[in-house]
Amino acid sequence: MNRMQPSADSTQAIADSDAIAVERTLAGDRDAYRVLVERHSHNVFRLAYRMTGNRHDAEEVVQEAFLRGYQKLGQFAARANFGTWVYRIAANYAIDRMRQRQKEESRREAPRGEDRDGMENDPLNRVKDEAPTPERLTQSIELRKQMEQALSALSDAERTAFVMRHWEGCGIEEIAEVLKSSSNATKNTVFRAVQKLRRALQPFVETRAEARAMGTES
Amino acid sequence: MNHLKEEELIAYREGVAEQRAAISEHLAACEECREELQRIEAVLAALDTLPVPEPGPDYGRQVWKEIAPRLTHSPGRWWQVWLEPRRLAAAGAVVALIIAAFVAGRFTKRDGTGDNIANKEQVRERILVVAVGEHLGHSERMLIELSNAAPNDPAQKEVNISAEQHRAEDLLQENRLYRQTALQEGDAGLASVLDELERVLLDVAHSPEEVTPAQLEAIQKKIAARGILFKVRVVNKELQQRQEATKPAPAQKDSAKRERNKV
Repeated sequence: MNRMQPSADSTQAIADSDAIAVERTLAGDRDAYRVLVERHSHNVFRLAYRMTGNRHDAEEVVQEAFLRGYQKLGQFAARANFGTWVYRIAANYAIDRMRQRQKEESRREAPRGEDRDGMENDPLNRVKDEAPTPERLTQSIELRKQMEQALSALSDAERTAFVMRHWEGCGIEEIAEVLKSSSNATKNTVFRAVQKLRRALQPFVETRAEARAMGTES
Repeated sequence: MNHLKEEELIAYREGVAEQRAAISEHLAACEECREELQRIEAVLAALDTLPVPEPGPDYGRQVWKEIAPRLTHSPGRWWQVWLEPRRLAAAGAVVALIIAAFVAGRFTKRDGTGDNIANKEQVRERILVVAVGEHLGHSERMLIELSNAAPNDPAQKEVNISAEQHRAEDLLQENRLYRQTALQEGDAGLASVLDELERVLLDVAHSPEEVTPAQLEAIQKKIAARGILFKVRVVNKELQQRQEATKPAPAQKDSAKRERNKV
């Protein structure tokens, strides 16, 4: 998992400082919110980018998350962690944004008539059809393209669950809250996401490993 | 030996397995399952190489700059919203109007004649006229100051208009109240000017605290284009005339009028 893990002491210090900034904002000091925005923007951006897959949408998600956070700050429970809370708002908005994007794209493209979660859309099937030549497989850029395709072939819930769990190290309960689902269903969603990614990418990863072993890839 | 299912291996790798100890024990003894886990890990490790662009060290500041002008209302707890000074001021103005109207009604009620009912209306109108006149005077002063604002130094990149912005926010609350009252009183002309003033106040209240000279010029042009200063002055003048007209007649003249009526 890539999420940076600060020490327990520094995490507590940030949470305490966040709590003070929240209180001051609620008392009418708008600049106190600036501290929270500047402190958490990078983390929220990373989550938003991984969920949406592009910088433009990620930046929009970050701004919207902090705007919504400000508007809803009165509902923020004092004992909660602001970082986690704004993360959740961002994840929810990112899901909305992804759905909106899909609608826009489906209006532009010819309708495929397939369920995103269905077998027809299984990344394995799609990737097999588009399998490039072994020479091209040796290029990292090609693998990257395959990975991006495999990620975008996941359903919104699967991508959210995978990003939040694997890359951001969020707890299952936290992800379940975003997905409005139970813990067990969320664990299943994480499993389905990894399984689909594996089916889509394993042939390419193994080919690259073989190429490396044979010394044909730098 | 039964091998571990893919689901168990993924759950183990992602740290969400319930039987973690049992899976660890099995992996220690089963080479086939260890290899299967390694294949899963290889895919996940490849995914970990996907880059995330670095938004830059100033990113937090940029986000703040983007959203700050849009943070127009204090977040506050729901009950605190009613304790905001400008809401209290607006509520105070409503209470003052109600009390004044009540007192005016009591004061002019004793005879119950048609003349006194008309008198009551006049007193009520006079209160509205005085209050709105004062409000228009404050708005005019703020708009003049904003229209005359300029950078102190030609090289100055930003001009701080936070004082005007905060005054516009306060005036906005009062303006809404007076516009509604004018509508209730059937004064469509006054309500229309207050409506136009409200749009200008809204623009100013929603402007950033610090604007570039170009942005300031745009705000000033907008104020000038709407001719709102002229309209405010004209309406204020009319209100003053109405105020004069609705002043109660001197007691002596009133008694003379009564005497005339007796004849």
